[in-house]
Amino acid sequence: MTIITFLNADGSSREVQATDGMSIMQVAKAAGVDGIIAECGGELVCATCHVYMKFDALADGIDPPSAVEEEMLDFTSEPRRPASRLSCQIKVTGNLERLVVEIPRTQI
Amino acid sequence: MERVAIIGAGQAGCEFAASLREKSFAGEVILLGNEGELPYQRPPLSKAFLKGEVGVEGLRIRSEAFFSKHSIDFRAEAPVLSIDRADRHCLLADGRAIHYDRLVLATGVRNRTIALPHSNAAGIFYLRGLRDAEVLREGLAQASKVAIIGAGFIGMEFAAVARQNGADVTVIELAKRSMARAISPEMSSFIEQRHVSEGVVFEFGVVTEAFEINETGAVQGVRLTDGRVIAADLVLIAIGVIPNTELAEEAGLAVQNGIVVDQTLTTDDPVVHAIGDCAAFIHPLVPTSVLRLESVQNATDQARFLARAIMGEASRYDSVPWFWSDQYDMKLQIAGIAGIGDLAERVEDLKVGAFAVRHSACGQITALETINSAREHMLARGELKRVLEARGFIAPQRQVSSTDTLGKN
Repeated sequence: MTIITFLNADGSSREVQATDGMSIMQVAKAAGVDGIIAECGGELVCATCHVYMKFDALADGIDPPSAVEEEMLDFTSEPRRPASRLSCQIKVTGNLERLVVEIPRTQI
Repeated sequence: MERVAIIGAGQAGCEFAASLREKSFAGEVILLGNEGELPYQRPPLSKAFLKGEVGVEGLRIRSEAFFSKHSIDFRAEAPVLSIDRADRHCLLADGRAIHYDRLVLATGVRNRTIALPHSNAAGIFYLRGLRDAEVLREGLAQASKVAIIGAGFIGMEFAAVARQNGADVTVIELAKRSMARAISPEMSSFIEQRHVSEGVVFEFGVVTEAFEINETGAVQGVRLTDGRVIAADLVLIAIGVIPNTELAEEAGLAVQNGIVVDQTLTTDDPVVHAIGDCAAFIHPLVPTSVLRLESVQNATDQARFLARAIMGEASRYDSVPWFWSDQYDMKLQIAGIAGIGDLAERVEDLKVGAFAVRHSACGQITALETINSAREHMLARGELKRVLEARGFIAPQRQVSSTDTLGKN
């Protein structure tokens, strides 16, 4: 189990116990975290599970975005930032312990 | 208190319930499912779920906690037997009546089936729901010769999964090409070539006559009317779907390959709506035909539109249709709807492995079909949106009746 904190645009937050192997999107959906839509179910066609990563996870064992994710990140409803990712593409591992992800205000 | 009842807890029904609450709808919301399950996403069933890359917990659209937190009365197993529009209630299979002030039909579709000799033999499968996918996944693990009847999206996606699983795969199709109802001949050909290079065998323009069984009663082949037998220890029948319109029809609502609704997704009864796979509607992109779209986009966009319309924030459904299919490492995406007679042109200068066909009429884009070109697809969606906005209203239409015409309770 890995603890992930979801931070909402209004400043509220929620800690969720995440099962390794699931994607951050699946963890959020299963826990009923609002604000992550993931309309396509994780198939990389909708860009509605956009999140902003809050720690230097990119350097610590999270694979960088694939070419398709890169393209889709240009079509998120809220502006893309350097820390933008599609949460369906990030698998939970022990490396993500104490990860904080910020949920954008909108997804569509 | 005003009560909205929703029949069907698939992607459309579930999204509609959630959207109503998001729009601060203050009345009661009852979501009637009939699969005994929390709502789940179907697209991965023929792809990632079959491959074992995602489990049931990864398919959930909303959690149990979501429904209670947002006061949505979700009932997982509450099949509806009939609708009484005069008295505004639904009769459930358990004998109870549910009163409504507004009713949303999100009844979806069911598989078209075939009745041929031995069509119920062990080893013959359909794919629609979660249970179907679970048994198919188990069957596939032991199959060595797979025959697929129907070269639609489900058939083609399953062909890819089965081939990647090491089985011999034959796809049997009545038409002359794959996915013929939904994509251009150029795109069918491009995708078929890839399947062939992976070892899939296509039999186009052939008719299935019967299934052959072995001494244990399990399927061992598909017999065609030309006399040939395609050996198979697993058969998937994927020959399309039938919209679930019976409840609407028996309640006296218009049905024409779907539950007929206007541009506000309202039936002839101003307090009854239909959304998602079961709804037949006119889309401004192809105003001359009645459409029925089977897609996540259609389900969720219609759901969100209807919630906004009921809250007085929208008056005409015109979202850009889009669709996708995954086969091997090919991601097929379609934006828009190509009309008969549209100009189809292959798009040049794409990156390696990409392929695209652009459809247009009178110089305006009507659809873009792409393989592995996410950016072009997303840009086409934007372009189509602008085309639709510029086109504006196409016909006089009714508004969704305002909530103040309700108020039975």
